[in-house]
Amino acid sequence: MPKKIHVQAVINGQPMDFLCEPRQSLLEVLRDELRLTGSKEGCNNGNCGACNVLLDGRLVNSCLVFGAEVQGKAVTTIEGIATAQGLHPLQQKFLEHAALQCGICTPGFIVAAKALLEKNPKPSEEQVRHWLAGNLCRCTGYDKIIRAVLDAARLGS
Amino acid sequence: MKNFQYFRPSSPEAAVALLDKTWGTAELLGGGTDLLDLQKEYVAQPSKVISVAAIKGFDGISVLEKEPPVVVIGAGTKIATVASDSGIKEHFPALASAAGGLGTPQIRNMATLGGNLCQRNRCWYFRDEHVRCLLKGGDKCYALDGENRYHAIFTKEHTCVIVSPSTIAPALIAYGASAEVLGPKGKRTVKLAEFYRAPRKEGEREHVLEANELVLSVSIPAEKGLRSANYEVAQKRSYDWPMAQAVVAFHLDGKKAKEVRIILGHVAPTPLIADAAMKEVEGKEITEETAAKAGEAATEGAKPLKQNEYKLRLLAVAVKRALLTAAGAKKYWVT
Ligand SMILES: Cc1cc2nc3c(=O)[nH]c(=O)nc-3n(C[C@H](O)[C@H](O)[C@H](O)COP(=O)(O)OP(=O)(O)OC[C@H]3O[C@@H](n4cnc5c(N)ncnc54)[C@H](O)[C@@H]3O)c2cc1C
Ligand code: SF4
Ligand code: FES
Ligand code: FES
Repeated sequence: MPKKIHVQAVINGQPMDFLCEPRQSLLEVLRDELRLTGSKEGCNNGNCGACNVLLDGRLVNSCLVFGAEVQGKAVTTIEGIATAQGLHPLQQKFLEHAALQCGICTPGFIVAAKALLEKNPKPSEEQVRHWLAGNLCRCTGYDKIIRAVLDAARLGS
Repeated sequence: MKNFQYFRPSSPEAAVALLDKTWGTAELLGGGTDLLDLQKEYVAQPSKVISVAAIKGFDGISVLEKEPPVVVIGAGTKIATVASDSGIKEHFPALASAAGGLGTPQIRNMATLGGNLCQRNRCWYFRDEHVRCLLKGGDKCYALDGENRYHAIFTKEHTCVIVSPSTIAPALIAYGASAEVLGPKGKRTVKLAEFYRAPRKEGEREHVLEANELVLSVSIPAEKGLRSANYEVAQKRSYDWPMAQAVVAFHLDGKKAKEVRIILGHVAPTPLIADAAMKEVEGKEITEETAAKAGEAATEGAKPLKQNEYKLRLLAVAVKRALLTAAGAKKYWVT
């Protein structure tokens, strides 16, 4: 069996070292090695967005990135979104708008929405819909999610 | 997924040295959006995976000051970067459109240009680990009399009826782009128009590269005054591969279209140069009528399968609308 690989990366602002097998995806590393189980596995092939994380600030599907590939990079997961002061405005607005039911898609949506608002703090509804098109939700019908994101943008998150 | 050895070379030459002479044992890793999926499905089972992440200068967009100027895009450049680059938007709008509409934001942020051009086909029989079709050493193409609504409509002389998966390639062909390729004996240049071939059996890829070659970069001449457009028909505006795609480019001499190129995507095992359609509008003004005729001509020679005759109509409309868009006509359709 190939040796485990030693990887150094910054995870949610903290420098970390971890060992992983070559074949482990970043999602598996986060969940199984680092016990950051907020990122979810939906499809495991790039279709649903439940595993979304930011890699050096760019939104990616962690199920399609090998853990070994994050060497020297910064990863932000859903666990890194709230601050010591409390929930991130996106999280607050998801609650207020009841933008979730089963909740499996929610971490992915929040991470994706955060990436959008960082690039474009005042998106139009169409831009929100277009940007979140890589995230699937089987429960809410999307409307509440879109409204929560637009509301968070209004707050200037 | 089968385990493998992971390599992280820092130069293209070192990456080439790690590749093998035959396909299957070593794979380059660009963004991984195709390779990880193939490995999870056991369709690809390499024992070596060679990441391009640490190769210096493998990504980025630069301009060579020649006549005409040449835009060089590194193979490691992300599709999202290609889509948002201001120079590409201005000079190669069909490329920016194909890149900007591809997959999802997440996929565009990870996928590289080299990986996009060399990705494997999406035939669902091919992608299923339990099916051994022609391309996986079996003796039969299951799509021929199976579920084939997304397969090729240009099927004559093809034993495997996949559609070429890259939405980027037809745009690059229309612009006369070429790929710089590195192998054990050094560099060679391959025109994108000659980069693809229809695979027939196991051990053949969708492109003409050798197993120990890699794409370094793609060069596109920025012809002055060239008009161009990309039109895709897909079921949804995100996620979906187009069911039919047309990329057109031409010059205008007065009102007449000159040096017309019409390239078809997602309808044949390779991107197709639509000669009959090009002849139809060469030297003519692009009007609703001539564009529609070119659209009809683009379907000449097609031989659809049982479930995909519908693509003929989509293709004809794609060609017509791409021509009208490039000519600057008013759009009467929803975009
Ligand atoms: C939901 C979804 C929707 C999609 N929709 C579209 C679409 O509409 N249009 C479209 O075109 N694609 C689409 N794709 C496919 C996507 O564009 C490709 O997976 C991606 O472009 C591959 O690039 P990559 O860098 O991730 O390649 P990888 O997965 O890293 O590699 C793919 C293949 O290319 C080889 N390779 C990588 N780099 C090089 C190089 N420099 N030289 C030679 N070989 C190399 C690898 O060895 C491997 O065999 C979609 C994918 C998903 C998951
Ligand atoms: S179309 Fe090609 S890949 Fe698909 S089943 Fe037929 S031979 Fe296999
Ligand atoms: S689990 Fe990664 S996109 Fe669905
Ligand atoms: S809340 Fe259940 S999938 Fe979105």
